[in-house]
Amino acid sequence: MGRRVLLEHSGIPGIATYDVFRAHGGYKAAERALKEMTPLDVTKEVTRSGLRGRGGAGFPTGLKWSFLDRKSSSPRYLVCNADESEPGTFKDRYLMEHLPHQLIEGLIISGYALGVNTCYIYIRGEFKYLIGILERAIAEARQNGYLGDNILGSGFSMEIFVHPGAGAYICGEETALLESLEGKRGLPRIKPPFPAYKGLYGCPTVVNNVETLAAVGPIIRMGGEAYASIGSGKSTGTKLMSACGSINKPGVYEIEMGISVEEFIYSDKYCGGIRNNKKLKAVIPGGSSVPILPADLILRTARGQKRTLTYESLAEGEFDSGTMLGSGGFIVYDEDVCIVRSTWNISRFYHHESCGQCSPCREGTGWMDRVLYRIEHGEGRMQDIDLLLTVSKHIEGNTICPLGDAAAWPVASAIRHFRHEFEYHIEHPEEVRNIRHGNLAGLGEMAIRIK
Amino acid sequence: MSGNKVNHHLFIRENKPVSFSEQTLDKIRQLVKRYPEGQQKSAVLPVLHIAQQENGGYLSVDMMDYVASLLELKPIEVYEVASFYSMFFLEKTGRYVIEVCQTAPCAFCGGDDLMEYLEEKLGVKNGETTSDGLFTLRGVECLGGCGNAPVMQVNTAFNEFMTKEKVDRLIHELKEEAGKGLISGTKWEEEFS
Repeated sequence: MGRRVLLEHSGIPGIATYDVFRAHGGYKAAERALKEMTPLDVTKEVTRSGLRGRGGAGFPTGLKWSFLDRKSSSPRYLVCNADESEPGTFKDRYLMEHLPHQLIEGLIISGYALGVNTCYIYIRGEFKYLIGILERAIAEARQNGYLGDNILGSGFSMEIFVHPGAGAYICGEETALLESLEGKRGLPRIKPPFPAYKGLYGCPTVVNNVETLAAVGPIIRMGGEAYASIGSGKSTGTKLMSACGSINKPGVYEIEMGISVEEFIYSDKYCGGIRNNKKLKAVIPGGSSVPILPADLILRTARGQKRTLTYESLAEGEFDSGTMLGSGGFIVYDEDVCIVRSTWNISRFYHHESCGQCSPCREGTGWMDRVLYRIEHGEGRMQDIDLLLTVSKHIEGNTICPLGDAAAWPVASAIRHFRHEFEYHIEHPEEVRNIRHGNLAGLGEMAIRIK
Repeated sequence: MSGNKVNHHLFIRENKPVSFSEQTLDKIRQLVKRYPEGQQKSAVLPVLHIAQQENGGYLSVDMMDYVASLLELKPIEVYEVASFYSMFFLEKTGRYVIEVCQTAPCAFCGGDDLMEYLEEKLGVKNGETTSDGLFTLRGVECLGGCGNAPVMQVNTAFNEFMTKEKVDRLIHELKEEAGKGLISGTKWEEEFS
């Protein structure tokens, strides 16, 4: 356990430059793919690896690639989704900052497999400082013959361009991202048609997350089978976890899928336990949109089995007692964190980020935000709790894109597992009102009293 | 939005002629070449970033119309984009836009306190600009720095693991820098390429 695949070379001085990356075996996989393999071989290897989309959906990458319309005579596009905006998630940022060439190499190999000559990296505008890092890496790759015309004499040509967004969470949704890349508002498209048939400029397009594409180089280097031998069951390989919140060591960690949640939280190799010797209260393990679980259910499933960091184990118990691996944005709450305040905060986020296209989401997120605001500020009514559940049910599944679900799940799961805190807020309006907002110590005391 | 008043003063029209330098125009021509023939609309976000920077931190109608003419778009195609994305300002801002992350992972690790401290220190509320025109304080949603909380950006430069001392030092440095009459942006600013 503890093998590093994606971050094997992180920490080596100068690894962000071509020369150092190359000296550590960089671009060998691209060479091998372009010189010794057919595009179909590469796709097969990725399929064999069992790699699944690391942006949050967990869809098998090889399968997604196989959907690409290769019969169409129009150009095909590869788009790298670097619009990392899911609260709790900061792994792609780490990869791009420290190992830009690993991403570029993955893009070249993926582009070759997909028969793509133009690739865009759509990066969120707030990551402005990364644009320079990526463009330097692209220029270096170009100078060394890995980009441009007839790469390594293979007859394959490709260019990579970095495209900045301008502040919109919704653009992480792949069709909203394509709209944005076309210079429009980031409004998700109705599917079908899927991007594999009608994507960027109406042409066949594959959109993959940064971490997914960065894994393609190592997969070609080690072989799909070897990659699949890491991990557990259908959760193959390694995953980057970005851990934050009430832990001793927030940061980005590469884990072999299948390690236990308990090890991840308490081992000094990873999160290093809960800060200030506090008790673990709850975890949101896959970015703010996945269901929150209380300490007992995140460590063990309802059936009493050890919960592990795999897509399957985290989902066990479905919405009653499970959650999702999502993007790997692992948010840890200690006993001082007020769940009502957290839920209101997250609802405000989705209200702010809703694109406004679908009524259930546009109206519902605002409604949940306002109701949670009043509960948190001592103006709640007991029927508000069920009202929240009703609103969340009416959003879920009734929108064009998954933002609606992402807004509904945190509210529904917080009430499911922490209903007593909502009731406490409503029953003690004076106490809630008297706490200075923003004063976490005050909220902490209250949270402790709830227990 | 939860008591936060949102004012959209869409469209400041200044009736001033705007134009870019030949160097900027060249940069824009290079940007447009990244997209297929006839898809120059794709360049609207990168070009608006440049336009906002050249225009002193916000987008006036005059500037947006100019961008529309450069990219052969209808003005509405630029307005609708500029008003959708949170990084574009349609009203004047201070020279330094301080954006404090307010989303849960930051908020619970000092983000709320950071905002409160900045409000006190600058004497303005979330969303306001100081009377000397130096600082605009703004609460924003997740900046993708949750492990380095609390996080804020100054004109899109990351400032992480913030403390009161770091805020004091930073504000002091920015005031000094401004006092020396440095005109464009901050020392961290790199232009969008």
